[in-house]
Amino acid sequence: MIAYFISLLVIGLPICWAEWSLGRLGGKNGFNSSPGILGFVTQKASFRYLGVIGVTIPVVIYMYYVYIEAWCLGYAVNFLSGNMEFQSASEAGDFWGGFIGMGANGDALGFGLTEVGGFLFVVFILNFYLIYRGLSKGIEWFCKYAMPTLIALAVIILIRVLTLGAPDADNPENSVINGLGFMWNPNKVVMFERSVTDGAEAWNAIAGQEFVGEASIAAATAKASADPNLELRTITMWSQLANPQLWLAAAGQIFFSLSVGFGVIITYSSYLRRKDDVVLSGLAATSTNEFCEVGLGGLTTLPAGYAYLGVAGVAGAGTFGLGFNVLPMVFSEMPAGNFFGFAFFFLLFLAAVTSSLSMLQPGIAFLEEALKINRKQSVAILGAFTALGCGFVVYFSEGVKALDTIDFWVTNLLMVVLATVQIIAFAWIIGVDKGFKEVHKGAAIRIPAIFKFIMKYLSPVFLITIFLAWFFTSVLGYNLSGGPKQYSSYIIDLFIEPNPVAIMSVGVVLLTIAFVSIVTYNGRFSKTENNQEDSP
Amino acid sequence: MTAGGWIIMILSVGAVATLFSWCLYKVLTTPEESEKIHGFEIDTPDIDPE
Repeated sequence: MIAYFISLLVIGLPICWAEWSLGRLGGKNGFNSSPGILGFVTQKASFRYLGVIGVTIPVVIYMYYVYIEAWCLGYAVNFLSGNMEFQSASEAGDFWGGFIGMGANGDALGFGLTEVGGFLFVVFILNFYLIYRGLSKGIEWFCKYAMPTLIALAVIILIRVLTLGAPDADNPENSVINGLGFMWNPNKVVMFERSVTDGAEAWNAIAGQEFVGEASIAAATAKASADPNLELRTITMWSQLANPQLWLAAAGQIFFSLSVGFGVIITYSSYLRRKDDVVLSGLAATSTNEFCEVGLGGLTTLPAGYAYLGVAGVAGAGTFGLGFNVLPMVFSEMPAGNFFGFAFFFLLFLAAVTSSLSMLQPGIAFLEEALKINRKQSVAILGAFTALGCGFVVYFSEGVKALDTIDFWVTNLLMVVLATVQIIAFAWIIGVDKGFKEVHKGAAIRIPAIFKFIMKYLSPVFLITIFLAWFFTSVLGYNLSGGPKQYSSYIIDLFIEPNPVAIMSVGVVLLTIAFVSIVTYNGRFSKTENNQEDSP
Repeated sequence: MTAGGWIIMILSVGAVATLFSWCLYKVLTTPEESEKIHGFEIDTPDIDPE
C-alpha cells in the first residue's frame, strides 16, 4: 500500500491533471482523439503517432472488458434464479470456472444460464445499441442513483465480511483478521526453499507460502526447523519496496483504477468548456475511486478471500477471479443473500456498462476525426473490429489465457508508455509553467507548487525507471537481487515455449496498433472551429 | 495482524476517507462548482442528429 500511495502522488494525480488539461486544450481547437490532441498540443508529428497508443489501449481493453461485464450480468441473473447457494468456496470456484469457460477453449460460448456466452451476446449488443442510438444519457442518469446505492451495498458487505471471523472451523487460522494482516502487515513471513542448479545454491520463495497469525507462523517455524532445505524468512517493508515488480504492480493498479494513461480521459476532457474545472474534477474523481478501492474493496475482497480460500487460494486466484470466487460465499452467509448478490452484481454491471461505453468513445472520436466520417459509420467500423477481438478473447477462454496475456502487455507496456508520453508532453514540451496556467483555468483550487517539480522530474523519472526495471526483469529475465535469470511466464509463452494463444493475443494488440497507425497516417487531422462553448 | 499492520491500515483508510470528504465538501460549497465539474459525460457532442 505504501508503493501504491507513492505511485498515486507521483504518477496518478500528476498524469490525471496533465491528461485532463491536454484533452481540454486539444478540444478547444477541435481535436478529440489522442493522436489529434497530442499532435496538436506538441506540434510534433512523432507525438501524433505516439497518440496511437491512446486509441489502442481502450479498444483492446474493451475486447476483454465486455467479457468481464458479462460475468457481472450473469452472476446477477444467477443470484436471482437461486443458482448461487454454494456450500463451500471450491463449489463457488467450480461454478466460476465453468461459467467463464476456464476448462477448455470454446467452453465460454454456451448459451445456458450457467454459461457466459448468452450474457456476452446481450452485453455486446446493448453497448453498441446504446452508443449507436445515443441513449446512454439514460444510463448515466440512472447511475447517478445506482452508484451511491452500490456504495451503500458495499458498506453492508464490508460489515458482513468484517464480522465473518473464521468461517471454516477446521482452519481457524483462515480468519478475516489474518486476512487483514495478510494485506496490511508491513513485514511478510515467507517460506523459502533451497535449490541447487549447476552447483549454485539459491533460496527461492515458495508461492503461496506466506504466514500470518501466531499459530501458523509457529507451525511453519517447526516445519522449517525439521527440513534443512526450508527456511522461514521475514521480508521487511524496505526490502519489499526495493522490488521493482511491486512498483510496477502499484503503477499498473493506479493506471487501471484511475483510468490515467488509458486514452479515455484525454478524449472526454476534449469535450469540456474552457472554464470547466479540471483540477477539482480530477481530484474528486481520484478521491472517490481511492475511497471505494482502499476503504471498501480493499477491506472486503482480499480479507474475505483469505478467510475462505487461505493464503494459497488468494495468491493463485489472479487479478479478476477473486471477487467472483469469494463474494458468493459472503452472500451465502447473509440473510437475503440472493437479493444482495443480485443487487450487488447488477449494479456492478451497470457501472461496467458506463465504463465500457467510455472505452468506445476514444476509438469513435478517432475514426470520426481521422476519416471525416459521422458517428454511426464510426460506431459500425469499431463495432465490427471489437466484435472480432472480443470473439477471439472469449473463444480462447482456457485458463483465461487470451484475456490474461492481452491484459499483461497492455497494462505493463502500453499504459506506462502512454503515461510517459503524456507527462513529457505536458511538463517538457508545453512546459510545466505554461501547463500549470492551462490546468488552472476555471479551477476552484490550486495544485500545490511542489507538483511542478513532481510533474517535470519525478513523474517521468519514476515511469522510465519502473519501465526499465520491468524490461530487465520481466522481459530479459534478469534477477536484480543477483540470482539466476528467471523469465516471466508471459515471455516463456512467446519465446521459450511458444504458446499459440499467447502469440495470437499479442498479435491482436499489434494488429490494432497497425490499424490505428495506418488510419493515423492517412488521416486528415485539421484544426477546426472551437466547438466547446456548447459542450456539456 | 501486527501493530504495524493496524497503523498502516488506519492511516491509509483515514487518508482516502478524509480526501474524499474534503472533495465532496469543496464541490458542494464552492459557488457554481457543480456546473464546472465533470466526470465522463457519456453522451458526447458528436451524437448524430436523428
